[in-house]
Amino acid sequence: MGSKSCSESTLERMEKEYSEWQEEYRKALKKMPERLNRFSTVSDLEVRPLYTPLDIKDMDFFEDIGFPGMFPYTRGVQGSMYRARLWTMRMFAGLGTAEDTNRRFHYLIDHGETGLSTAFDFPTLMGYDTDSQLARGECGKCGVAIDTLEDMERLFHNINLEQVTTSMTINPPASIIWAMYIANAENRGFSRKMLGGTIQNDCLKEFIAQKTLMLPPEPSLRLVTDTVEFGTREVPRWNTISISGYHIREAGSTAVQELAFTVYDGITYVEEGIKRGLDVDDFAGRLSFFWNSHVDFFEEIAKMRAGRRLWARIMRDRFKAKNPRSMLMRFHTQTAGCSLTAQEPYNNIIRTTTEALAAILGGTQSLHTNSLDEVYMIPSEEAVLIALRTQQILAEECGVTHVIDPLAGSYFVEALTNKMEEEAAEYIRKLDELGGMVAAIERDYPQMEIADAAYHFQQQVESGEKVIIGVNKYPSERPDLEFVLRIDDSLERGQIERLVRFREKRDKVKLQKAMDELRRRCEGPPCWENNVMPALIDAVRAGATEQECCDLYREVFGTYSDPGSF
Amino acid sequence: MEKDRKLRILIAKPGLDGHDRGARVIARAFRDAGFEVVYTGCHQTPEQIVSTAIQEDVDMVGLSILSGAHTYSFPRIMELLRENRAEDITVIGGGIFPLEDIPKLKDVGIKEIFEPGAKLQDIIGWVRENVKPREAVSL
Repeated sequence: MGSKSCSESTLERMEKEYSEWQEEYRKALKKMPERLNRFSTVSDLEVRPLYTPLDIKDMDFFEDIGFPGMFPYTRGVQGSMYRARLWTMRMFAGLGTAEDTNRRFHYLIDHGETGLSTAFDFPTLMGYDTDSQLARGECGKCGVAIDTLEDMERLFHNINLEQVTTSMTINPPASIIWAMYIANAENRGFSRKMLGGTIQNDCLKEFIAQKTLMLPPEPSLRLVTDTVEFGTREVPRWNTISISGYHIREAGSTAVQELAFTVYDGITYVEEGIKRGLDVDDFAGRLSFFWNSHVDFFEEIAKMRAGRRLWARIMRDRFKAKNPRSMLMRFHTQTAGCSLTAQEPYNNIIRTTTEALAAILGGTQSLHTNSLDEVYMIPSEEAVLIALRTQQILAEECGVTHVIDPLAGSYFVEALTNKMEEEAAEYIRKLDELGGMVAAIERDYPQMEIADAAYHFQQQVESGEKVIIGVNKYPSERPDLEFVLRIDDSLERGQIERLVRFREKRDKVKLQKAMDELRRRCEGPPCWENNVMPALIDAVRAGATEQECCDLYREVFGTYSDPGSF
Repeated sequence: MEKDRKLRILIAKPGLDGHDRGARVIARAFRDAGFEVVYTGCHQTPEQIVSTAIQEDVDMVGLSILSGAHTYSFPRIMELLRENRAEDITVIGGGIFPLEDIPKLKDVGIKEIFEPGAKLQDIIGWVRENVKPREAVSL
């Protein structure tokens, strides 16, 4: 491994034999040429036919690879990894009403899921109540509709919130939904100090990719930092941000772009926390990450290994973190939704399996596996069970969890890990030059980099250079699966009626007082005394709906809409 | 000649979903195919879409949606086009739709629905075949 363990004479011999092998290869190609003009990853990173110790001769085992649970954490964030505890099997779930989703949560837990993950519908994600004119036709379609604290109570009915950890995919309204979660937990007698889970709360990648837009970047960052500050002081077991590459990748980025933009978003959140007066070691340990695991097996493993090393170095060198926990890139992974095909949907099980395996070999802490029908709709019970069972089979039958970071030392995987880190570092330098992520977003830089990559990939699919089985090779029709879920439009009416009744029974004076306090804090300079979280918890207890809080945000902070560049 | 002018196309995303990869890719593909393209970004209401289509004097609107809210927004857009006497604007849709919804969307006047996996060249070919500059037809 590397120059430190490879003598000069060994290297010389290796170079000589490598040339000999190249000659062999050329001869073989004369008999039968290569299958493709060019071999590249799904991100179009070219790969060579063979990797040898020569490709990693400059690596230093201790500096670059090392041991699991030890700097630079290339091999994993825990010393014991899956020999002690498997990753959390956390299926993203949300459909229809709170009761429908609660039923799904119980179904998944009963079948061995080990953590919850909540998908909200689009009105909830965008900060609109179900009766908003803008919410027409959306209720419960892509997730669960949560307008009020009562909806939150129904969502987690009969679930022990001190025992299970809950992830909530919510961004601009994250503070409000989190306030509802905390208020509901406390109403049920659980302590906020004991609550574990994650709010996605990553506003930057919304501008870059996911486009759940509400407020301009600056006030969005202020609210994120309020939650970081509040979590640090009050909810110490909560992951306050899930810094997400997933959506960047789904929007069409390459693996390197996903890695680089996400790590840079992380840098930005750390800078904001420090600006607020927090000690980096007090809050950085509660930042978590979220990767996409796409269909190119080794590229994903390399990305995840490189990510851990890159983040550890940034936290140590750029932010002078001292606490090892601050340096850990702990992450959730979801298999790539964009790799699924509507044609021959059972093939999606295979794609999801290899993507899940890559996430496991990449050392994920938590995993969602897509269902075969997720390409049409949120998953049915039939399909979600196969997806959950996929994780369980990989975890307990295949033996891939017995040995920590089993691909370390592979010439190819180490070389690709280095490549990922180097190319991501190049983007990070570029973003520094542009003046940081907010400035880059305002210049449309990451958005257009992603658009270019997405268009390039689509053209490669059109030409057949990138193969999608059932789509551009062995093309097939979309079948009519009888179990595909259908969310009825009548659900919307029921949710609106419930919301109207809820609003009628509120104590108007108490509510107004709570909203006045929230406004006062929003209008004041960002600091602990003006942190929105305590006021939000009071407001949702007094009956404030999600949209009422968001409308207040929009009034105070202004709004932001998609510039629509392409 | 007027009828040889470039086709003008609005790409629009009704509803609240932010899945804009398809919309942005098709907008670029249409531009590269020589059409004039307007793209208004995510989160457009039916009212905004129809108003843009009329102001920009487009020949075709391509709606992209992946949230399932097409059951409301697509018929509403067609209704508003009729109310504004702009029903000669061709409307097509792309995204994810339950199979049983596709005939219903065609019934309300959506000319074609392109599903996941549709080839850009096929969509462009369909447009060349089926959409003509409006003035040439209506004036």
